[in-house]
Amino acid sequence: MSDRLAIRSLRFLVAAAILLAPACLAGQQPAPVQTQTPAPPLAPKPASAPPAPRFVVVLDAAHGGDDPGGKFGALTEKDLALALSVRLRSLLVARGIAVVTTRESDATVLPERRTEIANHAAAQACLSLHATQTGSGVHMFVSSLAPQNPARIAAWKTAQSAWVTRSLALEGVLNSALLQAGMNVTMGRAALPSLDSMTCPAIAVEFAPEIAPKGGTPASALDDPAYQARLAEALAAGLLAWQAEVHQP
Amino acid sequence: MIRRFQTWLFILLLLASVAMGIVLWQLLERAHQRLLAGQDSAPTPAPAVSPEERATLMVANDTDSSMQPQELTLPLPQDMGSRARVILGKLMDLYALPDAAHPVPGGAASIGQVFLLPAIDLAASPAGAVARRNPGLAASAIAAPHGSSPAHSNGAQRTEATAAPDGGPQLAVVNLTSAFVASHPSGIEPETLTMLSICGTLHANLPRVTQVRFLVDGQPRATLAGHADLTRTYLIQE
Repeated sequence: MSDRLAIRSLRFLVAAAILLAPACLAGQQPAPVQTQTPAPPLAPKPASAPPAPRFVVVLDAAHGGDDPGGKFGALTEKDLALALSVRLRSLLVARGIAVVTTRESDATVLPERRTEIANHAAAQACLSLHATQTGSGVHMFVSSLAPQNPARIAAWKTAQSAWVTRSLALEGVLNSALLQAGMNVTMGRAALPSLDSMTCPAIAVEFAPEIAPKGGTPASALDDPAYQARLAEALAAGLLAWQAEVHQP
Repeated sequence: MIRRFQTWLFILLLLASVAMGIVLWQLLERAHQRLLAGQDSAPTPAPAVSPEERATLMVANDTDSSMQPQELTLPLPQDMGSRARVILGKLMDLYALPDAAHPVPGGAASIGQVFLLPAIDLAASPAGAVARRNPGLAASAIAAPHGSSPAHSNGAQRTEATAAPDGGPQLAVVNLTSAFVASHPSGIEPETLTMLSICGTLHANLPRVTQVRFLVDGQPRATLAGHADLTRTYLIQE
């Protein structure tokens, strides 16, 4: 009895296989039964503005390695510039600004290499950081090149000429921030080889000891950490203001 | 006991020495007389004293980063190159004073020579414009060439250069000494002030000088003391 039942079942299965085989070969599988909800119509994308370009700041700590720059007793310009660069980089990164530095240690970096780094970064602000014992407060310099219209191919030694107008605008913003921080600021134009080749709004920032308003004794020495911190804070605030100005429609 | 012949020998030698001394003294006197007789006893020509003239020095001040004109009277030679050197030397003497507002050691010896050449037409180039912008700067400052309309727009320096005719603008080549450069204070501010001061002083006294180039011991040099560019031609504009 059980053998007959098994044989019948086998025949049934074989017959079913023969019947279903063509359908399977033709890819006509029975559609599964499911409760589909119509897909919601695609919402029209809002007409969004293109993403804002990345705001990049280049910090160029002047001198370094074999080139000490100015020597002020036990202090050297290369160390002072690097210290300010490190402070400023930390503040800017903490505020979400991308920072490219030309050196992170006491290394020799040729002026041409510094300019290459700055130009490849396609930065919105390039600051060349210096220190001096002469004068007082903060000296800011823009290239003394005459403003020129941008060109497809710029001469290396005068590439900054197409950016001088923007550099002057950046200098104005930084000047406001430094004055707001109560710092004595001097602005000028100078012929600096590395600055003249940069293709970005470029400023040379040189800080000197702060002279007390009455008397000649320095109120803040070059290596005063509080002075450097105040200067870095003011520059960071200025660069934030510049970022807002750059990203204005 | 001294023998007789030794005594006579000593006396003889003593007399010979005295005689030779007398002869030498007479020869010396004769030589001196011959020397005096051959010398031109005419009085040496008096040095030509240049007439005193007024000169204007553009004196830099580190305190407020300014330049102020300072007029003084000093003897100036007629040759323009020598005149420029004397004036710049006086400027450097001021900077070498202990209480100078822009202290730079070296004094007048810092200026080797000043050569005056016909200027090259670089007006259309963006390179070399000496400029200074400072809220506290006096009217003596050299202004940036704002608003200039360059003949070409690609920012490249012109390759063609035309020398100015006689009586036209001049290029001053200032040869500094390496001792001056080595002792110059380092920094953008002090170096730029020195350059502007030299350019301004040259233009104030020799108005035809509109371009200035710098050499150090006769050779080109990249920077003054690590910052200010010495390779370019500085254009002086009113």
